[in-house]
Amino acid sequence: MSSKNGSILALDNVTVSFGGLLAVSDFDFTLQRGELVGLIGPNGAGKTTVFNIITGQYEPVSGKVFFRGQDITGWRPDRVTCAGIARTFQNMRLFEGLTVLDNVLVARHSKLRSSMLAAALNLPSYVKEERQAETKAMELLDRVGLVDLAHTQAGSLPYGQQRRVEIARALAADPEVLLLDEPAAGMNPEETMRLMEFICGVRDEFGLTILLIEHDMKLVMGICERIRVIDYGMSIAEGTPEEIQGNPKVISAYLGEEACDYA
Amino acid sequence: MSDKFRNTLLTIAFIAFLFFVAWLADSYLDEYVMRVVRTGLIYVTAAVSYNLINGIAGQFSLGPNGFMALGGYMVALLILPLEQKEFVWFLQPLIWPFRIFSLTKPLFPLALAIGGAAGALGALIVGVPSLRLRGDYLAIATFGFSQIIIVLANNLIPVTNGALGIKGIPEYANVYWCLTWAILTVLVISNLANSSYGRAMKSIRDDEVAAEAMGIPIFKHKLLAFVVSGFFAGVSGGLMASLITTVSPSLYSFSMTFNLLIIIVLGGLGSITGSTITAFAFTILSEALRFVESPINIGPVHIPGIAGMRMLVFSLLLVLLMVFYRQGLFGQKEISWDWVLSHFKNRDYQGVKTCPQKTDRS
Repeated sequence: MSSKNGSILALDNVTVSFGGLLAVSDFDFTLQRGELVGLIGPNGAGKTTVFNIITGQYEPVSGKVFFRGQDITGWRPDRVTCAGIARTFQNMRLFEGLTVLDNVLVARHSKLRSSMLAAALNLPSYVKEERQAETKAMELLDRVGLVDLAHTQAGSLPYGQQRRVEIARALAADPEVLLLDEPAAGMNPEETMRLMEFICGVRDEFGLTILLIEHDMKLVMGICERIRVIDYGMSIAEGTPEEIQGNPKVISAYLGEEACDYA
Repeated sequence: MSDKFRNTLLTIAFIAFLFFVAWLADSYLDEYVMRVVRTGLIYVTAAVSYNLINGIAGQFSLGPNGFMALGGYMVALLILPLEQKEFVWFLQPLIWPFRIFSLTKPLFPLALAIGGAAGALGALIVGVPSLRLRGDYLAIATFGFSQIIIVLANNLIPVTNGALGIKGIPEYANVYWCLTWAILTVLVISNLANSSYGRAMKSIRDDEVAAEAMGIPIFKHKLLAFVVSGFFAGVSGGLMASLITTVSPSLYSFSMTFNLLIIIVLGGLGSITGSTITAFAFTILSEALRFVESPINIGPVHIPGIAGMRMLVFSLLLVLLMVFYRQGLFGQKEISWDWVLSHFKNRDYQGVKTCPQKTDRS
């Protein structure tokens, strides 16, 4: 049993399979408080599956997930989020029919203490809570630079802005651990640069621990303190960006066996 | 004066105006027209409550006729006079608690509330197992449930008097009660839809996986929507029982759900304004279209009257709407006071907002 030396998040020998396919096998991983860690690997390596295990979308066949020393294996996703782990999605799952502000407010709903009756009758206690939630949401939108678009329908925004809404929405859940699934996907180099600054900024500001999946190596190497590489559902390497860049196993996983000989 | 306060005042004024209009209509219009108005108001209650589950929470239910039946029979059993009860259940006696009492006219609202509670309880019982299903499966499960209710209504003779139904229900559902409940339904459900709970329900509609990942317990919120919807459906069923003065299994058959489905789809799934307006329009239109069911002579061609032709018109309307205007009349939009006022003031028209602070009711 491990909360592994006071780590905030720990995966202990986790295995997930879909039918006969081992999506992730014997995966061990720890995240220390305040770290910024990258999870990389070729397409289909099982990176998003790791996220889905942590957040409760998938239940592992074996192994355990610990959050702040507590076993959260098999918890429902909403419970995991309320405990303090928020995520974004690879293919963005905004509530497209809702406004940008409402998207962020949805993540505040679990903090609401008023009953549904109080909400339906618009009681003062509810109105007060709602106003607080709105203030908080607007602050977050300000942080991602989307205040002016608060009342725009989320689905109508351009791609880059939708990504920012998604991050603001995840932050609104007051997470301690933030999981970002390919935050830079579809961004141009300049936007990626700004995203890097943004990620580092929110980590310090909100005291977050961040785990991110990313294919943009410039981003990963630029901001991650530690990188874990997986391929075919198995860990193949872990280390600092420099160590990973020189690791022959990583190069072969990305470029094929032969490439190793030239590396 | 804050906008919110102003909107509340406008809402109160508008409600007072509606009651004044109802009083005028009740004094000057004939019985037939008032009957149509009352039916329309009951349809508003039923359709808006149905829209909560189908349009706002996005769970495709086909069960409102079942909830309406529960409410309708409950209210009928509560308010039917004792002598009438003896007269109706002449073969088998009525079951115990209902046999010995009958609620009088002043207690009609209580009877309706109990009818609503019956609908809500029905929704809870059917919701717990079936709301874990999605999309088509949920539709089939709820359809099955409403069929069970109708079968029970046909066979539980000590409670429902079977296919003969219950006759002689006092006609307490005057225009004021119909209007009160229609307004209550619109107010409560639009407040709910614009609240944090409503947002959670809409997020489930838009993306269940993301909603859950944002900390929304989806099952709980679907069930909440279902139960609230079941309550108002039960009330509308009770009002209908008292309006028609007869309940029978055929009154709450699946065609009731079909009518409501046409109403909420025509009005726009998720739009309370849309449901309200189309519920009324639907009632008026189904009266106005009675002529298509009577024999018609077009020159030398004689078309005999065909019962049910009205539904053909509505079905055709639905098909056309789906082909050309899929989101319905209002889509997910609402008419809000802010929007109405922007037409009077300095023309700074911003369009109908998708998520207004306060919705209007008609």
